[in-house]
Amino acid sequence: MAEITYREALNQALREEMERDPDVFLMGEEVAEYDGAYKVSKGLLDLFGDRRVVDSPISELGFAGLGVGAAMAGLKPVIEFMTFNFSILALDQVINHAAKIRYMSGGQIPCPIVFRGPNGAALQLSAQHSQACETYYVHAPGVKVVTPATPADAKGLLKAAIRDPDPVAFMEGELLYNVKGEVPDDDDFVIPLGVAEVKQEGDDVTILTHGKMVHVALQAARTLAKDGVKAEVVDLRTIRPLDVETILGSVRKTNRAVYVEEGWGYAGVGAQIVSLVQDEAFDWLDAPVVRVTQADVPMPYAKNLEQLAKPSADRVVAACNRVLYR
Amino acid sequence: MAETKTKTVDDDAKTEAAGGLRGIDPETALRLMREMLLYRRFEEKAEEAYAIGKIGGFCHLHIGQEAAAAGSILALDEGDYVISAYREHTQALAKGMEPGAVMAELFGRATGCSKGKGGSMHLFDADRRFMGGHGIVGAQVPLASGIGWKIRYREEDHVVLCFMGDAAVNQGAFHEALNMSTVWNLPVIYVVENNEYGMGTAFSRVSRTEIHEKACAYGIPTSIVDGQDVLETYTAFRELAGETRGDGGPRFVDLRTYRFKGHSMSDPVSGTYRSREEVEGKVKNADPIAKLRDVLLESGDLDRESLEAMDAEARETAQEAFDFADESPWPDDASLYSDVYAELGRGRMFFDGRERPGGAD
Repeated sequence: MAEITYREALNQALREEMERDPDVFLMGEEVAEYDGAYKVSKGLLDLFGDRRVVDSPISELGFAGLGVGAAMAGLKPVIEFMTFNFSILALDQVINHAAKIRYMSGGQIPCPIVFRGPNGAALQLSAQHSQACETYYVHAPGVKVVTPATPADAKGLLKAAIRDPDPVAFMEGELLYNVKGEVPDDDDFVIPLGVAEVKQEGDDVTILTHGKMVHVALQAARTLAKDGVKAEVVDLRTIRPLDVETILGSVRKTNRAVYVEEGWGYAGVGAQIVSLVQDEAFDWLDAPVVRVTQADVPMPYAKNLEQLAKPSADRVVAACNRVLYR
Repeated sequence: MAETKTKTVDDDAKTEAAGGLRGIDPETALRLMREMLLYRRFEEKAEEAYAIGKIGGFCHLHIGQEAAAAGSILALDEGDYVISAYREHTQALAKGMEPGAVMAELFGRATGCSKGKGGSMHLFDADRRFMGGHGIVGAQVPLASGIGWKIRYREEDHVVLCFMGDAAVNQGAFHEALNMSTVWNLPVIYVVENNEYGMGTAFSRVSRTEIHEKACAYGIPTSIVDGQDVLETYTAFRELAGETRGDGGPRFVDLRTYRFKGHSMSDPVSGTYRSREEVEGKVKNADPIAKLRDVLLESGDLDRESLEAMDAEARETAQEAFDFADESPWPDDASLYSDVYAELGRGRMFFDGRERPGGAD
């Protein structure tokens, strides 16, 4: 085991996968000579050269499409979006092409592409630079969506995502890049997609979550524990495919569930999970399933307003108390 | 079923002295004639099929533009790639796809080239490197750049032929893709099938510059080619493929052509945005098949009898394709869920609350 940052974990995963498979290449804005806008690709240009680590023009739709075309022709592109906010420009290539090429061609043409980058809010980046984009990627069938919260998950899941024969949206977080955690030293540490992880066990209430809100959930769990309430924190890790067994297993155990996500509520990931839980575990529930999300407004700039807008550990505690009728 | 024809052109083909055939050997010219006849009769058969409900949804016919398909695609090597928009039935045939498989796809049958999952706008053949069949205007242009990227990456010797309509040059994706193609010197020939109209809108209404000027901002060498003249088209594309292959970099072509039918089966042939006189004038004076016929009759490489025989064969092939499609089974229910993903792995992939025929989660 080694303690490394989430950023280093991603860097290792990229390096290992590029060493392992000569068809893997990284393309995006500032990924090569700048070492990556968030330094995730630091050192890769020196190791692999500019054929495999490629600085693109600011043309999200164009280079996402170029990546899709390269994947159709047999390569394994990793397309970096500087942030997923900018990926909205590229959504035609993701939704109308990457997601559908295999199906429309009757299974003939593959699309083994990874779209990765930071997703969601950071600090005071304002409305256009703070969006959680999971819904846009998970809604149309054809794209797998991964949201690692810890360094170990980041490494293991990125390796799996790059090897996956389907398009994968791999959503990181600027505020996660410096998070430290234990990562196995294995030669080939891979975590399969579609497997959730119970980050914290408990019997009283289930907090379901993904991405950077895992840390908010764990903080809420610590607060609740002081009062003797044992929350179970389930990290989805993958949004599609979904580890339904682990999710429902936890709800059947605790009989109460709260979903916390950093994005907006309407048609957010949590909305889907609530539907799942009430549909398939209704008889185990002792309370409604409640969600904690961002305030239903564009992200404001002012420090105090941004704090108000974001989900907080306090709000998660309040939601848990609500379903516990405390 | 007609036998599969070889689409490669012999590199050592002897050239005739300059004359009616413009230096193209008679065998190639006759092949081009057979191809164009096949495309014409196939499209006419598709038109019939659509009218009687065998084909649903959108159907965009290429009638009048046969030379644009034959002249360009037959100039390629077998390992070259073709990618296109949605007026691509003839281009699929030019790339060597079986007429039966194409017609069956239009009919939505399991024997279609895309297993009935794509339809008219989404013809694909991985082995023959026909990369679709795309419905979003201009989106295939960056895809073509990506295929070119792969060729460059693996140091291969192929080229990509990317077709688009005139209206596609106004899409952002077009500009981004062309720019990247020069930055990375990609082996792609970007071809605008300029039939003067984007659906119902004349190109002159949506641009103050001409098609052939569109790529100069990116420094891409540009040609203007008469797409109704299959011999000129063939010659031009032989040259372009030769230039692009290896290190030549991208090329841009304003391929001038004309659509004899409406934009799609829902669009009238004329009388709305195109006058009857204009369309009838083109049908009468700019038919690519008639043009080549006249050249070949004049040069003596073809006589009326052989032409009749060629046309009869084309009609027969088209009819066989129709019959094959009509007699083919529909895709089975389970195929609704097949090929969304390559690998189902762990976890739930589908969220419609339905039981999937033949499958678990």
